[in-house]
Amino acid sequence: MNEKKPILKMENITKRFPGVKALDSVHLNVFKGEVMALLGENGAGKSTLMKILSGVYQHETGSIIMNGNKLKITSPKNAMDLGIAIIHQELNLIPELTVGENIFLGKEPVKSIKKINWNKLYKDSDALLTRLGTLIDSKALTSSLSIGDQQMVEIAKALSSDAEILILDEPTDALTDNEAENLFRVILELKNNGKGLVYISHRLPEVFKICDRVTVLRDGQFIGEKLVADMNEDGIIEMMVGRKLTDQIPFSPHKSGEVLLEVKDLNSSVCNNVNFEIKKGEIVGVAGLMGAGRTEMALTLYGIYPSNSGQIILDGEEIYIENPAKAISNGIAYVSEDRKQLGLFLGLTVKDNITLPALKKFEKLLFKTDEIERNNTVDDFINQLTIKTPDRDQLVGNLSGGNQQKISIARGLITKPKLLILDEPTRGVDVGAKKEIYKLINKFKDDGLAILMISSEMPELLGISDRILVMHKNSISGELSREKASQEAIMRMAVGLKEKISE
Amino acid sequence: MNKERLNRLKPLIGLLIFSAIISIINPRFLSIFNILNVLRQTSINAIIAAGMTFVILTGGIDLSVGSVLAFCGAVSAAMVSSGQPLIVVLIVTLITGTMMGLLTGMIISRGRVQAFIATLVTMTIVRGATLVFTQGKPINAGVGKASEAFAWLGGGYILGIPVPVYLMILVYGISWYTLHQTRFGRYTYALGGNEEAARMSGLATKKLKTMVYGISGFLASLSGIIMTSRLSSAQPTAGTGYELDAIAAVVLGGTSLTGGSGRILGTIVGALIIGILNNALNIMNVSSYFQMIAKGAVILIAVLLDRKNK
Repeated sequence: MNEKKPILKMENITKRFPGVKALDSVHLNVFKGEVMALLGENGAGKSTLMKILSGVYQHETGSIIMNGNKLKITSPKNAMDLGIAIIHQELNLIPELTVGENIFLGKEPVKSIKKINWNKLYKDSDALLTRLGTLIDSKALTSSLSIGDQQMVEIAKALSSDAEILILDEPTDALTDNEAENLFRVILELKNNGKGLVYISHRLPEVFKICDRVTVLRDGQFIGEKLVADMNEDGIIEMMVGRKLTDQIPFSPHKSGEVLLEVKDLNSSVCNNVNFEIKKGEIVGVAGLMGAGRTEMALTLYGIYPSNSGQIILDGEEIYIENPAKAISNGIAYVSEDRKQLGLFLGLTVKDNITLPALKKFEKLLFKTDEIERNNTVDDFINQLTIKTPDRDQLVGNLSGGNQQKISIARGLITKPKLLILDEPTRGVDVGAKKEIYKLINKFKDDGLAILMISSEMPELLGISDRILVMHKNSISGELSREKASQEAIMRMAVGLKEKISE
Repeated sequence: MNKERLNRLKPLIGLLIFSAIISIINPRFLSIFNILNVLRQTSINAIIAAGMTFVILTGGIDLSVGSVLAFCGAVSAAMVSSGQPLIVVLIVTLITGTMMGLLTGMIISRGRVQAFIATLVTMTIVRGATLVFTQGKPINAGVGKASEAFAWLGGGYILGIPVPVYLMILVYGISWYTLHQTRFGRYTYALGGNEEAARMSGLATKKLKTMVYGISGFLASLSGIIMTSRLSSAQPTAGTGYELDAIAAVVLGGTSLTGGSGRILGTIVGALIIGILNNALNIMNVSSYFQMIAKGAVILIAVLLDRKNK
């Protein structure tokens, strides 16, 4: 380890929530001109630690020392004034304001009689944005920007308050590859300008690409701080999960079954001429770049978008799916990529979340739901899917990402589907839980369920699928068998280079 | 979990402390006669607030309840004075209120109009319809063959307890059962918790939304009947501002205005707090002008205390 001195030291930080010790004597150092990766499974305490650093929570014991001074961070505004800026996973810009207004929100330059100095505001915004190497127009409405550009605006906002320390919380989750590259370039530049950065991500290749050091947390405990140069992927994963992970993605070969679903020339407002079939006990992966229409195609099958023409044939019979209720009654379940918005009821209990689509089955005399039966069913799912929750009456919002995902899947399964559509089932899920989810998917497969799995993580698709469909511009541009599939082959089809692969 | 339970009991604890303070200031408050009086006075607001709870749990709001109460009261009075049998009066009036609620619900769910705007519109239209229907004058329900039976609903007693109190208890019993023991109840919470996720789970979200306004309309018309029966006449301006008392009862009972969380039994406690406050100010001879100020202040304090503990 080199002997550089950190600009910020968090030492022995402890934080309790009712019933849990979220952080137990955790340390974190941030160095000038370096990027510190903060890693750990969901629920390891990363977010809690960052919320303490950004003033959302107060710690109980331990100290935060910045440039030799002991800090007491009392509020997010206080953190900002001290030069600590956090860029959250969910962006915090106001969509109805312009880019410049967002950057200088709360610290607008004013002339006499408190009139906002618009010229200065936009000129300074432009200067900041140019420094980041972007072409974003500071007078543009924020809602008109892509997610990647909005993130740049967030960074510009942090720079405008002369932040010395920048925390980036899973910044690449919603970005395209190009946008991510751009972000990495900016991070490098911030590093060279002497800023101290904290980088939280589930994507290890990124850590190796841009981070200098790594701090790993597990179950609220400090596991270690290492130089990235001294580590490899397996080593970091081992620190995170506390055990060795061999063969990341299990695969169980498809036992040939009969065709379950046939889609013929399906057209809707969001997909064109979709043709494919899927057999019982088969996992079909759906690959494609962002915006290729994968989710939209799945939602057409699920009845959210009405189909204009074409046929959907299930078990040899043509079915008509006008709404999700119809899809469910025909045996099609969909588990959304967007857990918080479309998937879960964060304010309801585990029990309600899992059983909601199947409540009719539990109905007895006088419309009363059979609570005993419902409890038993929920407990079965909790055991089967190893959902970690204190009890079935816990609010889902209090659980970690991996467990929330399992609850989404349980809700898909409770309607006893024949076809399970999983949309990015491991997004925002930590390494350990990912592996559990893969195991479950394989188990469902062995039980004869047909699984259509959309994913943007190619190793995951290549590892688990029997076949892979590739989408490009709202239609299927190619299909690859497990044997023929490779990252390169998928990418060619995903960018529309179909003809070259077919010979 | 324990803290959760404590949170649930908070409105009740507040009610008990509040009652204790008032009975110290004025011992007359605790007489059986006065307590029954409070319960009867509370019943109208409590019944409206039960419907409001359903609506607010889905994340909506119903400003039209006071107008629906007035219109349905006028309908019932007109029918009673024209000699219709009680059962016909009840059925027609309750169907009228329910239909008004369903119609409002349809504007909100099918027409995609914000609940605040939609119910503001129906509040205005229905109030106008009431004025047209009554020609701006009270309708006397004290004449005709049916009037005696009708008057019993609002003014009668069973075993010394006023009939509206039984109706209130019945309404809360059924509401509690519906919200906590049936599918519809779970759907109500789910709809308020995350409408998009509810749709993705295959729930008929538009139908559900329409139905909660139907429930609110039904209960507003029931309150209209009780009030008209009690006064033996329907006032064209009856129920003005009642939507605010109902909303206050729901909020005091711990239900979140953003939907998805809350309890129906909290609402009855909230309604009782407002009822007791009105009663206490009356028996202490506080002028009615000051009563409104005092009421607003107490609601503000209660809501602030609740926020502080969250």
